[in-house]
Amino acid sequence: MTLRDHAIRYGFIVLLFGLVAYFSIAADGFVSPQSAVFIFQSVAITGVLALGVTATLVVGGFDLSIGSVATSAMMAAAYVMVVLEQNALVAVVVCLLIGAIVGLINGWLIVYMRVPDLLATLGMMFLLVGLQRIPTEGRSIATGMTMPDGSVANGKFSDAFLALGRHRFDFFITNLIPVSVVVLLVLAVLIWFFLEYTRFGRMMYAVGSNERAAELAGAPVKAYKIWAYVISGVFASIGGILLAARLGRGDIASGNNLLLDAVAAALIGYAVLGAAKPNAFGTAIGALFVGILLQGLTMMNAPYYTQDFVKGVVLVVALVFTFALSGRGRR
Amino acid sequence: MVGNAVFRVEGLRKSFGHNEVLGGVSVELHAGEVTVLMGANGAGKSTLVKIISGVYERGGGRMALAEQDFAPKTPAEAIRAGVVTVHQNINDGVVADLDVATNLTLDRLSGSGAPTLFNPMRVRREAKAVADRMGLAIDLKARVSDLSLADRQMVAIARALAHKPKVLILDEPTSSLSSAEADRLFALIDRLREQGVAILYISHRMSDIRRLADRIVSMRDGIISGIFDKKPLDYEGAVNAMLGRKIHLEQIVVRNSAKAVLAIEGLRIAPGARPISLTLGDGEVVAITGLVGVGKTALAETLFGVRRPLAGTMTLNGRPYAPETAGEAIAAGVFLVAKDRGENGIVQGFNIQENISLPFHKRMSRFGILRRRLERTTARRQIEELSIVCRSEKDEMSELSGGNQQKVMVARWMAQDARLFILDEPFQGVDISARRDIAAKLRASANGRATLLFVTELDEALETADRILVMSEQTIVGEHRNADVDLDRLLAEVAGGPLHSAA
Repeated sequence: MTLRDHAIRYGFIVLLFGLVAYFSIAADGFVSPQSAVFIFQSVAITGVLALGVTATLVVGGFDLSIGSVATSAMMAAAYVMVVLEQNALVAVVVCLLIGAIVGLINGWLIVYMRVPDLLATLGMMFLLVGLQRIPTEGRSIATGMTMPDGSVANGKFSDAFLALGRHRFDFFITNLIPVSVVVLLVLAVLIWFFLEYTRFGRMMYAVGSNERAAELAGAPVKAYKIWAYVISGVFASIGGILLAARLGRGDIASGNNLLLDAVAAALIGYAVLGAAKPNAFGTAIGALFVGILLQGLTMMNAPYYTQDFVKGVVLVVALVFTFALSGRGRR
Repeated sequence: MVGNAVFRVEGLRKSFGHNEVLGGVSVELHAGEVTVLMGANGAGKSTLVKIISGVYERGGGRMALAEQDFAPKTPAEAIRAGVVTVHQNINDGVVADLDVATNLTLDRLSGSGAPTLFNPMRVRREAKAVADRMGLAIDLKARVSDLSLADRQMVAIARALAHKPKVLILDEPTSSLSSAEADRLFALIDRLREQGVAILYISHRMSDIRRLADRIVSMRDGIISGIFDKKPLDYEGAVNAMLGRKIHLEQIVVRNSAKAVLAIEGLRIAPGARPISLTLGDGEVVAITGLVGVGKTALAETLFGVRRPLAGTMTLNGRPYAPETAGEAIAAGVFLVAKDRGENGIVQGFNIQENISLPFHKRMSRFGILRRRLERTTARRQIEELSIVCRSEKDEMSELSGGNQQKVMVARWMAQDARLFILDEPFQGVDISARRDIAAKLRASANGRATLLFVTELDEALETADRILVMSEQTIVGEHRNADVDLDRLLAEVAGGPLHSAA
């Protein structure tokens, strides 16, 4: 292998270690289990979303609605528990259903209505941002809030639901690993195994690379594409559940960064180990990368507004790695 | 005829990686002459054209236009110098989303001296002048995407002529034209010839060549293998030079089949077409030949479930066969090696092994999990079987030559036993040795299935088939046992369609 091959293959991993080394020296307290857990926790939600969007990237599509699916799920969970006074299970099921239905509609728009993926999911994003505000006339949802009709909502987040966001498992140190991190790891392994080792995942890659060839090889291409958006929608709604559980309320102002962070993680994933294609492992590393970057910058007291900029720079660099350096992006 | 060459190419070379496509090509074009360039698939014609038109950079050699050194860096530069090319792929010559008028004047929108503002009135006026000069009867306001393929082609050619070229290159321009449209094109070429334009006309359609050629240049394997300019032109000599042998073939041992595998009854694949009825037998290799656009691919896709017939029934192994999808066809044992592997076959992101296993994931997995070892042994076996030249089954497809890529496509569908094995233009863009390998493999393994080939080139049919059927106007018009073929009758059947008949 030439130097160039090495650069493509390991460049991003080296960059990741370089980043960790830099923050270890520059930021006090960066190297500690607590700090690591904090990074994982902040990575968990964007990571879950990023894994979902990876599925759509694999079939050659894209899903811009994930951020708003997540916040819609969060609002729905709060509404179900606080206003309708249902239990945690109902809330979770409702959220997952919302994700699946949005995914189905996205897939239907793209496959059968022939709306380009970016536009269909962008439209869905706007639709959901508005929809999630209608039931409460734009207010956040918390116990004791006044409803539009003047009544007071007396339900509350059940403890079981809150545990999804706040419980921590013991791991060498007591109360170390949050539930959300476990969820992320389980989903990451699942989607990785699905994409790499099952025939369905393999065919999804084929659909993304040459749709016509996949069709002539007997694959139900339309179904595969719709499934990819369903996966993306469901993953995003899981992200929304974790978000609601962490916040303990339905906050209309939260989750603004989810889309950007998740997309960045998935696209950075292209560059990991020179894969030059969407892949679950790369996405997980990408999410970790974004998390470390943000945590490090925060601990160094970088102003919040510089973080988006730095994230953007990293994303652009990662894309250059993928497309310019590895001849694969070229036609 | 004018003695001095307007355009001269000397010792032109070009390689892609280790693959030398042009090995020192020298050609001269004279004003007021049509030079026909003949060459089989993969001879290097398209590469030569792309270098002349500034798409590719040359690897070596020289080009001169009117004794001036000619080295275009971009297609636009070549056009401005007066060397204009109409490429084979029609959609490269037009912008589908714009209207005809804008297309006709597209090249005036850029380059030095082009006005900054887009003036629709002037564009329409200029376009009308261009269209009138050529006798183009198309609504200038129509969007190109709404036009038929033939009309698009006329727009592309008209657009090229708007430059008043000194040298005009036409790369297989008649492949999708009807007879009337082709005649119009020929009349236009005659007029340009009188005006002193040097024309390079690329084709391997004999009727075009007989109608137009002043000189014939034959190409084979990246070199010029013959130049013919003595009247009357030696057409057979030119074909021989192109193919590198007499069109005399090694006789194949023709087999007859008793057991029917596929029976087609009254199948209609296009409105107004006569119904097709035919039977394919076990162990038999049947080739269906015919010109481009007579419905060969439509028939192949109908058999494979990608396209629905308008009428008729099919029987496979004595049972009714009416596939709704490719998946159903594959499940019934009907496999198709689709034409144009880049478009319809190869998954670029996959290596050889993954490309071979693509249609058989279900059979190669347990509980939905792919059995990679089985996948690998299958790939290795197929690489061996078809003598695919590669380092290992993990090689990327882009590292393979065209012939080996095609072998992978054939290997993919031979990895499992078929009942009916269909190959649509399997020798497209394939070198002669790979072509022989594939044909030999098809014949050697033919028992236990029916094999159906769709080929445009007659030679390919004569080389591989037991039986040759001729298609024209979306139906079968002739049948020949490949032992005592009456070539004259066969050619007459091929040419009998709506496409311009042999002149």
